[in-house]
Amino acid sequence: MATRSVRYAAWRFVLQRASAAVLALCVVVHLATIIYAVRHQLTAEAIVARMHASVWWPAFYAIFVIAVAIHAPLGLRAIADEWLGLRGRATDTVLALVALVLLGGGLYAVRSLTA
Amino acid sequence: MISLTESTFPVLIWRGAADGAFRRYEVPRLASQTVLDVVTHVQRHLDASLAYRYACRVGMCGSCAMTVNGKARWTCRTHVDTVAGDRTLEIGPLHHLPIVRDLVVDMAPFFDKWAAAKGEFKPTATRYDDFAKVAPASPARRAIDATIECIGCAVCYASCDVVGWKSDYLGPAALNRAFTLVKDVRDGARAARLRAVAGDSGCQSCHTHQSCTERCPKHLSPTASIASLKRLVATAAVKGTL
Repeated sequence: MATRSVRYAAWRFVLQRASAAVLALCVVVHLATIIYAVRHQLTAEAIVARMHASVWWPAFYAIFVIAVAIHAPLGLRAIADEWLGLRGRATDTVLALVALVLLGGGLYAVRSLTA
Repeated sequence: MISLTESTFPVLIWRGAADGAFRRYEVPRLASQTVLDVVTHVQRHLDASLAYRYACRVGMCGSCAMTVNGKARWTCRTHVDTVAGDRTLEIGPLHHLPIVRDLVVDMAPFFDKWAAAKGEFKPTATRYDDFAKVAPASPARRAIDATIECIGCAVCYASCDVVGWKSDYLGPAALNRAFTLVKDVRDGARAARLRAVAGDSGCQSCHTHQSCTERCPKHLSPTASIASLKRLVATAAVKGTL
């Protein structure tokens, strides 16, 4: 296998693991936030208002979105490879588009927190 | 459990190639009887056309592995008592390898992957150099104390789900071998070997199901070897040395 594709495969693995580590923290914080909001019977407006008040919440969710945009397409790539036998440039292109959609949609939602 | 009071017990043995079927035989029940004993009895007394493979009969050569009641096992060291339970004994060829005939599979894909993983020792010394001195207590040597004991029986390979899903996945045995050589201080092909196991069909494809570790008759842990390779490959990628 060409050195370049080997490095690409190794970097995919590193990014998958690194994004998983970030997601593990993000999901815990996100769940804790949901539980807090439910316990305090906060409305969507109240939640958004509180998030507007801080730069940390949009920053946190931006990191969350970036980690998802990296992690989910790489996971889908493994599933496509093992279950459907799909790999190669066409598959990678589709998954890059999935990454862009996740990133774009996610960051658009985060941006609404800062506006 | 198949009772010793019974004089015979039923055995289903795979006959033919991939489109074959199980055939039933009645085999005498003996004390301390191994699965290989059963197959040998069938071949010598009931049906001389049965094809199977064995050599040492003492768990050293790795040639007698078969699928016994659904699980890959070394048949020479597997007692009928421990696997049959109260069911019929069912003996088939190993999974994930092409069936040649009956219980014999083509091991070529398995060993081709050892070669693809650069499972061949590449010495740094020549015949004119003194013997290498490897301290038994050194961390690199201790890391491979167990892994060098692999007998190449392909039980791990036949038990691996990922091998079943991805036909080009190198598999537990080849990766265990690659890890053994990566840790061998006498070897000079470390960088090339890491590249060989870092591709799409390499160590990153392992899902850590640990079927290989559970079934390895030598009680090795290919899973641990593969996990170590993943760390080494990831570190090399980040450092830019891959």
